[in-house]
Amino acid sequence: MNPTRQRRLTLVIAILAAVIVAAALIVYALQQNMNYLFTPSQVQAGDATHYKTFRLGGMVKQGSIQRSSDSLKVTFTVVDAGGAMPVEYTGILPDLFRENQSVIATGHLDGARFVATEVLAKHDETYMPKELKDAMAKAHAGKHIDESVNQDKQQL
Amino acid sequence: MANWIPLWLHKLSSPPVFYRFAGTLRPWAIALALVLGLVALYGGLVLAPPDYQQGDDYRIIFIHVPCAWMSLFIYALMGIAAFIALVWRIKLAEVVAMASAPIGAAFTFITLVTGSLWGERMWGTWWTWDARLTSELVLLFLYLGVIALYHSFEDRRQGARTAAFLALIGIVNVPIVHFSVNWWNTLHQGSTIRLLGPSTIAPSMIWPLLTMMIATKCYYVASLFGRARADLLALESGKDWVRQIAEGEVRR
Repeated sequence: MNPTRQRRLTLVIAILAAVIVAAALIVYALQQNMNYLFTPSQVQAGDATHYKTFRLGGMVKQGSIQRSSDSLKVTFTVVDAGGAMPVEYTGILPDLFRENQSVIATGHLDGARFVATEVLAKHDETYMPKELKDAMAKAHAGKHIDESVNQDKQQL
Repeated sequence: MANWIPLWLHKLSSPPVFYRFAGTLRPWAIALALVLGLVALYGGLVLAPPDYQQGDDYRIIFIHVPCAWMSLFIYALMGIAAFIALVWRIKLAEVVAMASAPIGAAFTFITLVTGSLWGERMWGTWWTWDARLTSELVLLFLYLGVIALYHSFEDRRQGARTAAFLALIGIVNVPIVHFSVNWWNTLHQGSTIRLLGPSTIAPSMIWPLLTMMIATKCYYVASLFGRARADLLALESGKDWVRQIAEGEVRR
């Protein structure tokens, strides 16, 4: 390799390395700062107190959806592994909104209640036919029964 | 040592050799892209079963995901070509880098539009500023910046080298787009297809996706070769090999 190319190569690699380090630092810094959402347990731990409006993310608790009979008002509970938070929303919900679905609600805290101005449904990265899902659910339920039977046996 | 690979690449980097090579390969790439694309569309839109939670709406995945892969793949390739162009000043590398930019920009644009349509149906919003969507938008702006910079110079080679610099620096955005769904909490879901570990998609749905991936790659090759050939003719106009081709065209 001749000296000119050698010099260019060193220069280009040095600049590229500098840019990569800068980008890595920015990404690292934003990691703490760029939270798209807070989970109910984070909110209850006081992590979101700096924000007037923020996004709350979690699963819709089974059996918690209550629709108002005379308006578009809906109340439901969003849960994560360690917390639960009641949410109130007036408006049209996305098609995917249902029990046990991940949702992201934008809004503010009103006492212990979260008043949402927008509710988005999040879906996971799993794609499969309905029959397969049903079969898996059945197999899973079967396993549950087996496990509980085993537990019963152990208790006996 | 396999000495013939660098030797062959060296020969290929000569404009007349690449011009002929690309001319021979291009029709095959177009044909393959068309056939595979149609097969993938039929497989994805007709044969694949509806999804358990998204019903038929998920079928936009067969356009969205291959285009998103291409937007990253082309950027990575453009970055490598830009690197070679900057260090070794090989004319073909400059041409490949600059010819890739509009194709990559088109794929990025399609990714954003189809993602927006999908998001409206599933998430309930056209757009949200989460890390994946934002970094993909930055990718589009990087492509547009490269194209604009290239065309803002009177001398095309000067423009190509300057734009190559931007292309090279922008390459840091590629891993950010890819890993954004792991690094941050995002509305966008994580990766379905994984090179390491099992993919989370049924086999009846994955084959049209992978077929479309190959089809988009073939389209890229075809489009790139067409653009690169035209650029090479313009850059080398006045050289003997171009004059011969021009005379051949006139005689016909």
